[in-house]
Amino acid sequence: MTRALFTHLAKDLRIEWRTLDAMISMIFFSGLVVVLFSIAFDPRGAFSQQIAGGVLSVATMFASVTALNQAWAREIRHQVMDAQRMVPSPGAELYLAKTVANFLFVSIVQIILAPFFFVFYNLHIAGQAWQLALVLPLGTWALVANGVFFAALSIGSRNREFLLSLILFPIFIPALLAMVQATGYILTGDGDPALWIKMLLGYDIIFTTASLLLFDVIFHAE
Amino acid sequence: MNASSPEAGRPSLGARLEIARLDKVSKLFGSFAALRQVSLSLEPGRCYVLLGENGAGKSTLLRVLAGLLRPTHGKVTVFGATQPHEARARIGYMSHAPMLYDELTAQENLRYFASLYPGRPCLTPAEALRQVGLDPALNRLFGQYSQGMRQRTSLARVLLSVPELLLLDEPFSNMDVESARQMVALLAGFRQSDRTIVLTTHQREHAAPIADFFITLHAGRVASFDPGTLQSRPGQVPAELGRPTP
Repeated sequence: MTRALFTHLAKDLRIEWRTLDAMISMIFFSGLVVVLFSIAFDPRGAFSQQIAGGVLSVATMFASVTALNQAWAREIRHQVMDAQRMVPSPGAELYLAKTVANFLFVSIVQIILAPFFFVFYNLHIAGQAWQLALVLPLGTWALVANGVFFAALSIGSRNREFLLSLILFPIFIPALLAMVQATGYILTGDGDPALWIKMLLGYDIIFTTASLLLFDVIFHAE
Repeated sequence: MNASSPEAGRPSLGARLEIARLDKVSKLFGSFAALRQVSLSLEPGRCYVLLGENGAGKSTLLRVLAGLLRPTHGKVTVFGATQPHEARARIGYMSHAPMLYDELTAQENLRYFASLYPGRPCLTPAEALRQVGLDPALNRLFGQYSQGMRQRTSLARVLLSVPELLLLDEPFSNMDVESARQMVALLAGFRQSDRTIVLTTHQREHAAPIADFFITLHAGRVASFDPGTLQSRPGQVPAELGRPTP
């Protein structure tokens, strides 16, 4: 399993390194969301501490969708997916590699975005900062694992970009809620985010397992 | 190949082994029937050339054989397996599209696909590229290749896993006469090493030197089934077409 997984992953990382397609669109989009929200709300008030978690999650979510919509674009363009369907290695490896690659792309964007985010919203972390290092990756994985799966599911559709948002956002709501609540608690220090972090972890395990089990079915669908 | 459609006047090949069989296969896309009751039997070491106008069902037939499409009716058996995934590693499929990444070089593309065949002895990317007449040292991105070079690289991808059944959809399209001749020579070598080739083309004259049988499809049915050049000269491949592929 691992050899093919790393082969797929190395291919995706190499292509992104050469083109920067996903990264550039995500950085601009998420940057715009952060700036626009900081204009719409007074970033100096205590209120900003409370909404910051939501803004970060929404910025990540919308930015990720711009990348996820293109997650399979190269495979579709020249029917590369047909060649991948013909090889004996299981499709689940392709799915997992694509998910890891997109997870890395989104995480890099979050790392780039974080300093600007803290500056624009005048944030300081009242809770335990290390917990953010759990919440953000878990929330990002939840989004990306579902996004890659549903992007593959909607490949055959004419309105696949619209369809992805339509399917992905409702399914992501529990993870979004957990991400926003946990981030809010960490930033304000008003509560314990442990329950929300556990919920994110459970969500990730369930949806990743289901996607891995089901991916071959949609991958080999006509 | 035996085409058991009633209209096909087919030559008998005796009791040879078969590597693939289609029994009354139909493929419907909605209400459109791309294939209608097609029955065929493929034998090793033969080259079958599918002819027919656009929309006749040639590409659909190849995709059904490749396991990329499931027949709506009928049964497909390839290498004794009725489940496509069981035979996949032994089939090489080349479509109209190059099925390669524009953002990688030819070597990178081939290395990527070669590593997806665990446990199967594959050609090295350099060997595959040399077989199709391309320079392995060429370090250009695949997206910058000419159409003819793309076609050859696509064939190199198919040859990588040393498949026993080659399914080639329009392999001579976008090729100049010399490149087409080289490809025919390469395929002749393949055929001589007892591998089976099924190819579609609109350019009958290109495929004629290696064709065992010409099968003409019309509206999803086998309209005619004719022996090709090599059935007129059994066991022979024109000397000018080169040596067998190792």
